[in-house]
Amino acid sequence: MRTRPRLFVSYASEMSLLPTWTQKIAALVFLGVLVAIPFGIIPGLGFLADNDWLKILSRVAIYAIGALGLHILSGLAGQVSLGHAFFVGIGAYTAAVLGGEVGKGVWGLGLPIWVWLPAAGIVAAVIGALIAPTAVRVRGIYLAIVTLGLVFIGEWIFRSVAFITGGSQAGRKLPRFEFRIWKEEMPLVDFTTDGTWFGVEMTSEAKTYLLMLAFIIVAVIIAKNIQRTRVGRAFMAIRDRDIAAEVMGVAEARNKLVAFALSSAFAGVTGALLGAFIGRLVPETFSLLMSIQFVAILLIGGLGTVTGTLLGSAFVIILPRLVQDFTGLLASTVETGTGFFASVAGIFVSTGIDDPGIISTLPGTSPGLNVAQFNVLLYGLLLIGFLIFEPLGLYGIWIRIRNYWKSWPFTY
Amino acid sequence: MTSRRTALRFDHGAERGDYEHLVEFEDVSLSFKGLKALDDVSFHVDDGELFAIIGPNGAGKTSIFNCLNGVYKPQEGSIRWKGEEILGRRPDRIAELGVARTFQNIELFAHMTVLENIELGRHVRTKTSWWDGALWIGPAKKEELANRAVVEDIIDLLEIARWRKYHVAMLPYGIQKRVELGRALAMAPELLLLDEPVAGMNLEETEDMARFILDIREELGITMILVEHDMGLVMDIADRVMVVDFGERIAVGTPADIQSDPNVIKAYLGEEMDL
Repeated sequence: MRTRPRLFVSYASEMSLLPTWTQKIAALVFLGVLVAIPFGIIPGLGFLADNDWLKILSRVAIYAIGALGLHILSGLAGQVSLGHAFFVGIGAYTAAVLGGEVGKGVWGLGLPIWVWLPAAGIVAAVIGALIAPTAVRVRGIYLAIVTLGLVFIGEWIFRSVAFITGGSQAGRKLPRFEFRIWKEEMPLVDFTTDGTWFGVEMTSEAKTYLLMLAFIIVAVIIAKNIQRTRVGRAFMAIRDRDIAAEVMGVAEARNKLVAFALSSAFAGVTGALLGAFIGRLVPETFSLLMSIQFVAILLIGGLGTVTGTLLGSAFVIILPRLVQDFTGLLASTVETGTGFFASVAGIFVSTGIDDPGIISTLPGTSPGLNVAQFNVLLYGLLLIGFLIFEPLGLYGIWIRIRNYWKSWPFTY
Repeated sequence: MTSRRTALRFDHGAERGDYEHLVEFEDVSLSFKGLKALDDVSFHVDDGELFAIIGPNGAGKTSIFNCLNGVYKPQEGSIRWKGEEILGRRPDRIAELGVARTFQNIELFAHMTVLENIELGRHVRTKTSWWDGALWIGPAKKEELANRAVVEDIIDLLEIARWRKYHVAMLPYGIQKRVELGRALAMAPELLLLDEPVAGMNLEETEDMARFILDIREELGITMILVEHDMGLVMDIADRVMVVDFGERIAVGTPADIQSDPNVIKAYLGEEMDL
């Protein structure tokens, strides 16, 4: 019997991750685009096949995994944490010890990726679970301060254990994206060298990008599933009203502990991937700034939604590149152009020692901020702006656009 | 439909009748610093009863609920569930016994939908672990789907189908009260604590709520303790009534007894004085 095409006939179909056909098709098309990016075959997005851009997109995926972890802890369970960078660091150094090579004074076991990557998540989760009993006793701003302490303690520990981290100056090398069955000479699949896959010539950047894409898809599915099942509802109940949640039978301390452990596991995996992606890390990487970056991703993207977390990751990681490109564009306008635009651009860019401006293209010699400093300033401004004007973040903006077109041409 | 609602009935097993009273308060005293909220309060509730607690504002009615729930820890006395001491247990442990509750000032989870709120009520009746849930494999999926069917039964019983997907913060007050009742019912409780279920409602909404309370009693056989100011409702539906004033029990009995009790008249209307 034919029914109305948009009628749900079972709870299973209504409760699936992509309940409607529109969503199914949209997700499929989006996924297709993501997979096709490194091959440069999509009109208008060809520039993304550039190695520089592929690296940025891989970084977006890596950060998004960690941000999904913080989404579970802060967005769902409502526990503000500034200590995320610490768990990212734990993951990175777990991977380093298990997967890295023995180097100058540093440990390394040289185990394959299927050991060090899950281990990074598990070790971080265990340490998260050990710390959680302290953290669940405080809430709100006090929890933020406790976790803030964690970052500084962590940084100090990472600097001190030079046999693991290589110490503050040198840092250490981390395992590479190579798939081995055990410690054999030739890796089974190597993501770090250019080569042909199924007859298609691929750069190492393209291979790494596809690998990261696979990881983020798995992470998104896990995060979504947690959100829609029993434990996710328990987290949200604790976030909204903790006493009522307890009266309804939700064990508060236990669920907060699970939230901490899960969040740390995601962070640990991010740390391992980030380490392998960059190749060499110093302990100072896992500083407060990194924690703030994760918080910025959540707040700019939209707290409490997976889509928002992904949007936020893309925005926060791509932003510096856009600023850099835009600065370059302005600078060339100033140098070559004349007329109105050149003079407006001149206000923003400082090209020489006598030229005042906000962003400087000659760091150190001319007045103004360099691009990195300007980015930090921009994060701050964006955080304040989003908190005041759009607390639901980019996701909230998207919802508003969607609702506008849903009811178009009527206003409501 | 009625057969499916068996999922909402508490599974008593063989234990029913092995105890004297379902709930028993014995000389319970609760104080906050100098303020005595409850003073030697004793009462008991039996299986299947609809027991009402009335009294002026600040008399300690909600405090009795909070003690029973484990939110407050009384300094003295004993609270027994089926003869077993539960004073000092954590709220979630007490909820697992089969004690559900609605609140005077709605305590719904504001950023969750009606569905999610009622599904949360199923927390104590479901077992899916986070790792099963994260992978949405066999048992987790099966349990979530079965759960959804039960939740839909409640939605059907309380006539809130059209609000199903709304965030509860957007709903009118009367509907929020109903959702809260639904969330409590989802726990398949043996005892339901209703804290002013019709406060602030108009006549029509009050009659709807009274109908739901009677339906729940008849179809699901849940024992209830009702705190309410609407005397018409209390006298109509309660089996026994307890009156508290300034933290003390001043009377307990059938609605008819209570209406003619001189102590109750004194508490509510004051005393005649010769001036």
